[in-house]
Amino acid sequence: MTKIIEPAKRTNIFRRPSSEYGFWSWVTTVDHKKIGIMYGYAAFFFLLIGGLEALVLRIQLAQPDNSFLSAAEYNAMFTMHGTTMVFLAIMPISAAFFNYLLPLQIGARDVAFPRLNALSFWLWVAGGLFLYSTFIFGTAGAPEGGYLAEEVGWLGNAPNGGWFGYQPNAGFKYSPGTAMDYWALGLQILGISSLVSAFNFIVTIINMRTKGMRFMRMPVFTWMTFAVAFLLAFSLPIIAIALFYVTFDRQFGTTFFLVEGGGDPVLWQHLFWLFGHPEVYILILPAFGIVSEILPTFSRKPLFGYAAIVFAGFGIAFIGFGVWAHHMFASAISPVAQAGFGLSTMVIAVPTGVKIFNWLGTIWGGKLNLKTPMLFALGFIGMFVIGGLSGVTHSIVPADTQQTDTYYIVAHFHYVLFGGAMFGIFGGLYYWFPKVWGRMYNETLGQIHFWTMMIGFNLTFGPMHWLGLQGQVRRTWVYAEETNLGFWNLIVSIGAFIIALSILIFMANWIYSRRKGEKAPFDPWDARTIEWTIPSPTPVWNFSKAPEVKALDDFWHAKYDEDEEGRAVRRDTADALLLQLEEEGLNPEEEIELPNPSYFPIILASGLPFFGYAVIYKSIPLALIGAVLLLVGSFGWAIEPLEEEFTTKEEEE
Amino acid sequence: MSGGHDYPHEPTGVETRKLGMWVFLSTEILFFGTLITTFLLFKGRDFPGIKLTDVYDIPFTSISSFILLMSSLTMVLAHNALENEDQEKTRVWLLATAMLGAIFLAGQIYEFTEFYHKGFELSTNIFSSTFYVLTGFHGLHVFIGVVFLIGLWAIGQRQQGLSLDGGMNLEFIALYWHFVDIVWIVLFTVVYLI
Repeated sequence: MTKIIEPAKRTNIFRRPSSEYGFWSWVTTVDHKKIGIMYGYAAFFFLLIGGLEALVLRIQLAQPDNSFLSAAEYNAMFTMHGTTMVFLAIMPISAAFFNYLLPLQIGARDVAFPRLNALSFWLWVAGGLFLYSTFIFGTAGAPEGGYLAEEVGWLGNAPNGGWFGYQPNAGFKYSPGTAMDYWALGLQILGISSLVSAFNFIVTIINMRTKGMRFMRMPVFTWMTFAVAFLLAFSLPIIAIALFYVTFDRQFGTTFFLVEGGGDPVLWQHLFWLFGHPEVYILILPAFGIVSEILPTFSRKPLFGYAAIVFAGFGIAFIGFGVWAHHMFASAISPVAQAGFGLSTMVIAVPTGVKIFNWLGTIWGGKLNLKTPMLFALGFIGMFVIGGLSGVTHSIVPADTQQTDTYYIVAHFHYVLFGGAMFGIFGGLYYWFPKVWGRMYNETLGQIHFWTMMIGFNLTFGPMHWLGLQGQVRRTWVYAEETNLGFWNLIVSIGAFIIALSILIFMANWIYSRRKGEKAPFDPWDARTIEWTIPSPTPVWNFSKAPEVKALDDFWHAKYDEDEEGRAVRRDTADALLLQLEEEGLNPEEEIELPNPSYFPIILASGLPFFGYAVIYKSIPLALIGAVLLLVGSFGWAIEPLEEEFTTKEEEE
Repeated sequence: MSGGHDYPHEPTGVETRKLGMWVFLSTEILFFGTLITTFLLFKGRDFPGIKLTDVYDIPFTSISSFILLMSSLTMVLAHNALENEDQEKTRVWLLATAMLGAIFLAGQIYEFTEFYHKGFELSTNIFSSTFYVLTGFHGLHVFIGVVFLIGLWAIGQRQQGLSLDGGMNLEFIALYWHFVDIVWIVLFTVVYLI
């Protein structure tokens, strides 16, 4: 028997979308799981593009005095690589995890504002496409006294002022053409998208928790999502205003960051890093959360020091707002400020250290089950410690002035963001693969992926430490033969291609397992958190009735008891419980009303790029198109009820 | 919101939509905070050309500030009327709020044009740039608020009228409106008075 659901009547500008399968079901969906999956795939697509850009850079640097890229093309490639990886790869892949898992981990049916959630996703898509449309429409002219116009080339018609967009270098004088405007306005749109999702997640966590899900019973991943949402909410407004200033400077003749007009370039640095440093934690905290889920599950022990890990996460988030100027030790800031920010940078290592030791405490004496997610989690700890330690060296101001703008810095932040964030994310992708697809990934391929990535990663970024200390500068497209940097640069480039190979293995595994993988058993990892108490793949309605949580790691306590020595003993009833949960999860007792799909999020989101183009090309018609889309989107949205009144027919199959 | 009847909601007791608005407003503080910081940073510096003090008209701006503040009062009256389930009065006070907001906006447009004619343009100096971006950003907020209020008023024309738990909620927009008013008190003090 199937239920056919049809909207009662036409109540809005368009008939309510009702398809449950196929293209339109994805475009109009407000289901957090579908949105999460779309985030994941789209972000992975951009990850591949950002990776290709990195490979192009490494080909250029594989030999001294290479001419594979011109200086202009090289500038565009490293700018786009950084911007893509931060805003279009790691942030949205984290958002994919937030979307899919957050409601499941707190036992909710969806996020607090399902349509806003869809809006975040489509705004992000709009921002990403807008930014990348620079390759088609954008131009990067040749600055006075810089490289020649003919060296710009096709690849060079992209933003070229660095992902940090330092002023006045990224102003109209030294970065003529429209490319940097695409960057400023594209980031603006992406920022709105992240802000909207931050509101959504904060409210979801505060207000959508199920019965008994007190704050101190929430899984650590949910906690870290909470911390990230606060970081986003309070750091993005700062960069939004700074980007306004950039756009005004470039388009409307103001001089916020131009010394000749009384402006202040250092102001840009402060505003950028006031956002930029919390951004670092926006990128890494989701991985902290993922790893804190994987380690206890695969060590078969509770997380060591749950409260300490949670508070350390918030400590990091809080102190993260007070360390920004350590990115600026080489700029015009006073010695007192240097000392202060050096100290705060040392202080932030403390909560980070607390986390590391808690993770070690978690695996200490556990029965380790070295499956792929666990390997990535362990790899994460190792690589992140290296990156964290090289990070603390930056708090020593004299040493930092030496390291500024060298490959030592590049090595540091790749150990943190690739060895840290990306390893954590890959661990999470393997860990929750059975949850999302109901099938198992191929374990052998997973292990091969881990080891090739581990080797490739260290070959790529390890040597950068000493290349940097020997004085190789960042963001420079050639180095001379006489510097003797050629050998290690070649190793680095080889490492980069090994990483690319490991990504191909990952993709092969994903595509194969997604279709042909073994069917996942219920609760494949003997997990602890409540997202595993429902069938995989997750039913549309998530939980067939609101779960009630009685303890931290509720699912584990339902399956295990303690003997006198505190060891976990599986209850006799555990297997029956799993069968019962599967049965109940697939067959909800009462009819479940879900929020209905809507056209308006995508309509509203598609309006913003038009405003972007309108500002760049000073075009009123484009602005009008944008305004119409915005108006139709928001008005239709406002009068559309979240849940339509449905008539339900039952039909024999 | 979504979910079956057994689903618990709002363990905090604050309505979800309202909580969302509070979170949004807390980020708005950062938006305006960044703008005001920039303004104060450049205020103390030397810059060539005409200054705000050469062109502004404090009595005029005081009156338009007063009008905006009064709109907060009418907003409260609209909310009060809706609580007493008086649809007619709710609509009247909503429209009054929107009109007062529109008068404030008209005043701002007039003021900006006056300044322009006196040579105080967007790119005259760093001070004029920060002035226009700061007050213009606030004006944009008032504009969006007026659009919301008129939209709410239009929705109130329907037979079933307005309620305090509908989609476009009056309380929700009132929060936003009061916030925008409070910001203006700060801006008026910082920009014009000190």
